[in-house]
Amino acid sequence: MSDDTLFARIKDEASRPDPYPLFATLRRCPVSRQGDGTYVAASHAAISSLLHDPRMSSETLPPADRPKTGNPLKDWLVKPVRDYITDTHRPFIFRDPPDHDTLRAAVMHQFTHQRVQAMRARSHQLVDEILDKLGDARTIDIVDDLAYPLPVTIICELLGVPPEDEEKFHGWATQLATALEPDNLQDDEARAENSRTFDVISEYMKGLIAQKRRDPQDDMLTGLAGKGADGAPRMSDFDLIATAILMLVAGHETTVNLITNGMLTLLRHPEELRRLREDPSRAPRVVEELLRYEPPVQFRTRTALCPITHGDVTIPEGAPVVLMLAAGNRDPAVYANPERFDPDRTDNRHLGFGGSLHYCVGAPLARFEVEAALVALARRLRNPRLIADPPPYRPGSALRGPKHLRLAIDGIDP
Amino acid sequence: MIGSESRVVVVGASLAGLRGAESLRRSGFAGSLTIVGAEPYRPYDRPPLSKAVLTGAVAPDATGLPNLVALDADWRLGAPAVGLDRTKRLVTLEGGETIAYDRLLIATGASARPWPDAAEGRLAGVHTLRGRDDAEALRRDLAARPAQVLVIGGGFIGCEVAAACRDLDLPVTLVETGPTLLASVLGAHLGAVVQTLHETRGVTVLCNAKVEALEDDGTGRVQRARLADGSAVPADLVVVALGAVRNTSWLAGSGLAFDEGGLDCDAQGYVLDENERPDTQIAAAGDVARFPHPLYPGHRIALEHWGHAVAQGEHAGRLLAGCEPARYAEVPAFWSSQGGITIKSVGLTKGADGVVIAQGDPRHGRFVAVYGQEGRCVAALSFDSARWLPAYAEKIAAGAPFPPEPGGVDAGPLRVFAPGFPDPSGSGPDDPARSGKDEP
Repeated sequence: MSDDTLFARIKDEASRPDPYPLFATLRRCPVSRQGDGTYVAASHAAISSLLHDPRMSSETLPPADRPKTGNPLKDWLVKPVRDYITDTHRPFIFRDPPDHDTLRAAVMHQFTHQRVQAMRARSHQLVDEILDKLGDARTIDIVDDLAYPLPVTIICELLGVPPEDEEKFHGWATQLATALEPDNLQDDEARAENSRTFDVISEYMKGLIAQKRRDPQDDMLTGLAGKGADGAPRMSDFDLIATAILMLVAGHETTVNLITNGMLTLLRHPEELRRLREDPSRAPRVVEELLRYEPPVQFRTRTALCPITHGDVTIPEGAPVVLMLAAGNRDPAVYANPERFDPDRTDNRHLGFGGSLHYCVGAPLARFEVEAALVALARRLRNPRLIADPPPYRPGSALRGPKHLRLAIDGIDP
Repeated sequence: MIGSESRVVVVGASLAGLRGAESLRRSGFAGSLTIVGAEPYRPYDRPPLSKAVLTGAVAPDATGLPNLVALDADWRLGAPAVGLDRTKRLVTLEGGETIAYDRLLIATGASARPWPDAAEGRLAGVHTLRGRDDAEALRRDLAARPAQVLVIGGGFIGCEVAAACRDLDLPVTLVETGPTLLASVLGAHLGAVVQTLHETRGVTVLCNAKVEALEDDGTGRVQRARLADGSAVPADLVVVALGAVRNTSWLAGSGLAFDEGGLDCDAQGYVLDENERPDTQIAAAGDVARFPHPLYPGHRIALEHWGHAVAQGEHAGRLLAGCEPARYAEVPAFWSSQGGITIKSVGLTKGADGVVIAQGDPRHGRFVAVYGQEGRCVAALSFDSARWLPAYAEKIAAGAPFPPEPGGVDAGPLRVFAPGFPDPSGSGPDDPARSGKDEP
């Protein structure tokens, strides 16, 4: 019999600095039933299998139910319509084919080679600008000083969102990202807050999209708001707003953790930090291993549309299924010395970007942003030391990462 | 493990040969390694040759395959092997040079099946497509804007070439003997979906039609094709896409069991002699190898799939290095890009007696179809929905019941159709059109 409190313990904030021993226990059962009726897949094989299983749905969000406003007309007429629109126009990470495929394809179409290459060069430039500005600082917070501003600037420039609006949407993005935390979905107040935030950010995006249509720019939002080759709109305006919000939030909330987890891991493995400093061409290997070793998205949740049997466990219809990507990433059945951080490992088929049809759309961006950040940090920070280890963590268990990562340094090299 | 004094020869500077050689090195083989290639080129990638190379998006010489492992090999390129003496353990090259081996990997692949009338096949403007030089010649002729292209054969290569012609906005007619395009691989039920795709893009498709003769304009250039019904189709560029024959003729006199359908192997991957005895010094891999697959019992199969060349090449490398790998049992898989869509498949449709649309809808251009035989799943085919395929590959490897259970994402009610394979008794197990994709 498996321990059915493991998932609750993983979600507990006390586990945030090091959930990995719990994952090892969890992996003893490839798929286990937890006390709250959630099923958790923890082995690499079970996760890979379920990621590709057409009986698994990504439409996991509960129906929208905005809090009553007190205005009878609004509550009678407007609220049900807005709830309905929200339910039928979710961002495409929460949708299944065929709609998911159409929306995703429209986004991929905007990731042109030229745009991605331009952003790669821009990442290096931005990292250097950010570090130059720090001058002769003797402490640095990796999160606030670099890991947050870099991906935000990149996604804003790519989408065409004015960076000066960052103050507005920073809070919105953090709030919306909690939709990936299972416990928030159970909590009425948290869901109401999410609905309010979604409505506010929707209004903001609506205005921005109207502006792009009046004054088209060479950016993704202009492209998505335009028409396809057949002269028809690429998507409805409701889908456009949801997609734009998804891009903005996803561009924020994940890369920041990968950069921060990366610097933390390198500081805990000084030999690897030295090797990266001396040979920046190791960066792609380092980033791939980080995606395995400390993935910013630790798990994703799906819903079983039919009963699914895996080994001796049958997941019942309608059950939430947690794919514990971070546990699969350290599965000894797949990786030699899985608990070792080793950028030189071969055949690193990690689950850090998920897999199958919801595989991370922004993976190429994340890769080069993190490469740019880590290479510059390794090269330019003089004698970096962790001020606290473990550092303080943000509350999320699905999107896991330090809240701050403060380093003492002897200076920043040019 | 074989020692460092051993000599390994790989015949075939191909994808399977390259991955086999790398696998030998990765398995610790430290002896001398010689790679023999009929063409003057290092191993290159064939899938682009019928797609991006034809439209000019990729240059023919930009198709080289990356080396994944330092090979330290002696390359003998541009000199095809013409003979094998297993008693003396010698490979003879064109020109008479001999190379001695202790272990031999045969990965000589296949050639495009030529037009049956050799003189007609030599007319200017008549092409086959298999190698880099073929693709370069065809690309050049297409770039000269022919007035009317004719493609003979509605298999994967024929369909891809016709699609490339439409990408180039060239008028193209495709002639196929079967009831629909791709009917011998997909069955007529889904072949019709592919046919509609191409017809919508402006390809003129003639099914149940046969080209009897190619006629020239009096100067040695092809001018038209004469069909079996007596009609004539004008064409100043003809692509003959009639499948492939295995490159085995150089093995004449070796005592090995081969024909134009492949070189016979045992379950481990060793080649068989005419008395069905394995020669444990020699393995074969890729298109040329005809082997028993545990998922498809009862006959040997030869697969022309890219992924198979990689996996079986790597298997053969481990085998020859002395690693005794587990039996080769990869689920067959292939892809084809044509007309803006990607078709991917796992398993083998050959012999299937039913097909269902498990997800999506052919009318919307995205779907997964599952093929069954005698109550179990044997193949799955996706149109622009390939990310689900690993789940179906698991079903096929496990011999899951057919039809599959209903339900799941984007799934309607399951209806079992007859696949509609033409003449189910007519094709032998080694017919490339039945056993997989005739990729160049």
